[in-house]
Amino acid sequence: MIADAKFNPTAPEHVRLFPVPLTQIAEACGSAIMKNMVSLGASACVLGLPVDIFTEVVVERFSRKGQKVVEQNMQAIERGYAYMRDLGGALPEFALKPAEPRRHLFMMGNDAIALGALAAGARVMPAYPITPASDIMESLIRRFPEVGGVVVQTEDEIAALTMAIGAAYGGARAFTATSGPGLSLMMEAIGLAGMTETPVVIVDTQRGGPSTGLPTKQEQSDLLAALFGNHGEIPKIVLNPATTEECFTVMGKAFNLAEYYQCPVIVMTDLALSLSKQTTDWLRLEDIEIDRGLVVAPEELADLPVHHEFKRYAITESGISPRVFPGVKGGLHHVTGVEHMETGRPNETPANRAKMMEKRMRKLRGVELPGSVVRTGDAQPDVAIVGIGSSIGPIAEAAARLRQQGYRAAHVHVHALLPFPVRQLQEAIADAKQVVVVENNATGQLRHLMSFFGVEHPRVSSLLKFDGTPFLPVEIYNHCKGMM
Amino acid sequence: MATVKDFRNDVRPNWCPGCGDFSVQASIQRALAALGKEPHEVAIVSGIGCSGRISGYINAYGFHGVHGRALSTAQGLKLANRNLTVIAAGGDGDGFGIGLNHFMHAVRRNMDITYIVMDNQIYGLTKGQHSPTSAHGFKAKTTPSGNIENAIVPAQVALAAGITFLAQGFSSDVNQLVRLIQEAIQHRGFALVNVFSPCVTYNKINTYDWYKEHIRNLDEIPDYDPTDRAAAMKMVVETHGLCTGLIYKDEHSVPYEDQIPGYREEPIAFSDIHMDPALFEKTLRAYA
Ligand SMILES: Cc1ncc(C[n+]2csc(CCOP(=O)(O)OP(=O)(O)O)c2C)c(N)n1
Ligand code: SF4
Ligand SMILES: [Mg+2]
Repeated sequence: MIADAKFNPTAPEHVRLFPVPLTQIAEACGSAIMKNMVSLGASACVLGLPVDIFTEVVVERFSRKGQKVVEQNMQAIERGYAYMRDLGGALPEFALKPAEPRRHLFMMGNDAIALGALAAGARVMPAYPITPASDIMESLIRRFPEVGGVVVQTEDEIAALTMAIGAAYGGARAFTATSGPGLSLMMEAIGLAGMTETPVVIVDTQRGGPSTGLPTKQEQSDLLAALFGNHGEIPKIVLNPATTEECFTVMGKAFNLAEYYQCPVIVMTDLALSLSKQTTDWLRLEDIEIDRGLVVAPEELADLPVHHEFKRYAITESGISPRVFPGVKGGLHHVTGVEHMETGRPNETPANRAKMMEKRMRKLRGVELPGSVVRTGDAQPDVAIVGIGSSIGPIAEAAARLRQQGYRAAHVHVHALLPFPVRQLQEAIADAKQVVVVENNATGQLRHLMSFFGVEHPRVSSLLKFDGTPFLPVEIYNHCKGMM
Repeated sequence: MATVKDFRNDVRPNWCPGCGDFSVQASIQRALAALGKEPHEVAIVSGIGCSGRISGYINAYGFHGVHGRALSTAQGLKLANRNLTVIAAGGDGDGFGIGLNHFMHAVRRNMDITYIVMDNQIYGLTKGQHSPTSAHGFKAKTTPSGNIENAIVPAQVALAAGITFLAQGFSSDVNQLVRLIQEAIQHRGFALVNVFSPCVTYNKINTYDWYKEHIRNLDEIPDYDPTDRAAAMKMVVETHGLCTGLIYKDEHSVPYEDQIPGYREEPIAFSDIHMDPALFEKTLRAYA
């Protein structure tokens, strides 16, 4: 640990502490504000990085402010480096290996979501700004002109989702992005999408709730809201990417599923995933396929008479009925949130209600999306650590350390919550002696969902954290070790 | 070419006999036929209320959504397919109560859509509560001792928000209403046609006769200039909003769609959405 000597830092026994006079050195270079540069230099020393690799960035960042500022900043880095070296801080065990000659990107989850939406053919995005989702709309405002798309900054989230539904009904791939407070406002419209079988995608970048809660902090407390928030019953899909790369591919998947099953799809991230910039594999356009589901070709309808009623809600074995976009001759039909018949005309009779409800719910009955659960690690583990979203890294690291200590550990990560992957989760934890469900909320929502949907195990416990910070690997490691 | 009959379907409206909404339905059908539209080129997006049922009574594409959000849904639809004639329709509660926020912003945004409100100064579907356009003192189920709130004057709100086309009609004057709806559809931008459409069942005050007595018809004022915004506001204030005819029209209106950077002539709904691999690589390089 490197800390500013000014504050007389102390550290727990097992931590090696290097007090470096960060502020003092920075002042000597010209201004206390450069203490971050001093600590950058000190860190470079630990990691075995030469200081000149920073020259380019420093010049790029500060040349606007003049040559003197550039020099002062470089000097701050060099002095931090030198001080650390003299303290014996060049630690071979921390030295970084040269990078593999692979192409990498540096981006946050929100960037990847925007790129995924772009590649998946999203062309209408109405949204209302909210942390930590706003970057998605801001990013697409810059990119959409190149593909003929449009972002509308709406007056609220109710307008955002109902506008997206209008666009999706109209034949566009449309989505919106929000966080917990906005998701709450969207509940009625989510029901509308379910009832009218309109394919629409909603990104929920979770943050600390309830109410304004911790608007700029980490939490995973919208799981139940996403699954059960709307009134009435609809088929719905909830996807939970865990990495930046997956934020990209999940958008392709989300639009395909929405259009295949003709239902709302919620993509949930969390603040740590949405906003943390990280080194990311080069993204591949081929990883996003576009499948628009059952849409009737206009040619098939062109010769029908003007009073022909298209059966938009035709009863089928799968429950999925062909769509047609407004503007197509011969495709006239009515769409309503009121219970309706095959033609879309309202009909509230018990027999029709039962038939149409059954038709809609049939679409996802018995479905488990492949890859909803990914398990890595040992067979017959002493502990299976179950997690969701951005905790994938800390859990993987904790599991690796447990293995180093001679324990058998498995990591079970959930990548989709609805349809709830009962079979996949059951199989993933079946052979574990103990299961611990790790989540950033106070009530153990994922663990409750497991028991609600009937995933069984005799020894399941929770590791919960709801102070607004993401899990550290050591917290998960210590907790699991304590369980052994 | 399509006729009025082509815009009719065989659904029997569940409106009460004498409801003002029948005339609005007929006027929309006549206006569309007169403009030479085909049923498949038109989409009616409606709210929730007695009036909201209108999308099911016209042979065209129809979307009957949630209470108060017809305008946002209609705007989304227009963005997906700019070639469609998009008409949003609903009641005074739908548009100026629960949906007022969307109304103000739809006005401001100025997409090329038409909004037809059936204003009966009451909540009809929910059986007679007061509405945002109910007058002060008005007795309804939720104001048994008289309304202590002041009414919204929709035309005034619309002008204040910067509307580019404003007209008002009356269910008893179908010829005028047909003409106004036609002009509204032809207007390049957001057009409001607010129609005094009596609820014969729950509003015993604002009846056909009451409107006849109180409405000033601008068609009968030869030197009224509907391109003068200040004069329009003056007229609306003077009549407490009870005037019919074309109140205001901005002849230089440029719709939202024409101002979206990079937005194309071809409707999004029918264009190829696959991304050009070269553009994708170029986009990624910003993160390299
Ligand atoms: C979110 C929501 N709140 C309340 C209702 C109940 N509701 C249905 S229609 C309506 C008012 C209708 O009044 P108006 O818009 O004036 O239409 P009218 O029936 O008079 O034509 C209300 C309150 C609802 N459908 N949805
Ligand atoms: S209740 Fe009033 S608004 Fe509703 S249909 Fe009857 S007359 Fe028309
Ligand atoms: Mg009303």
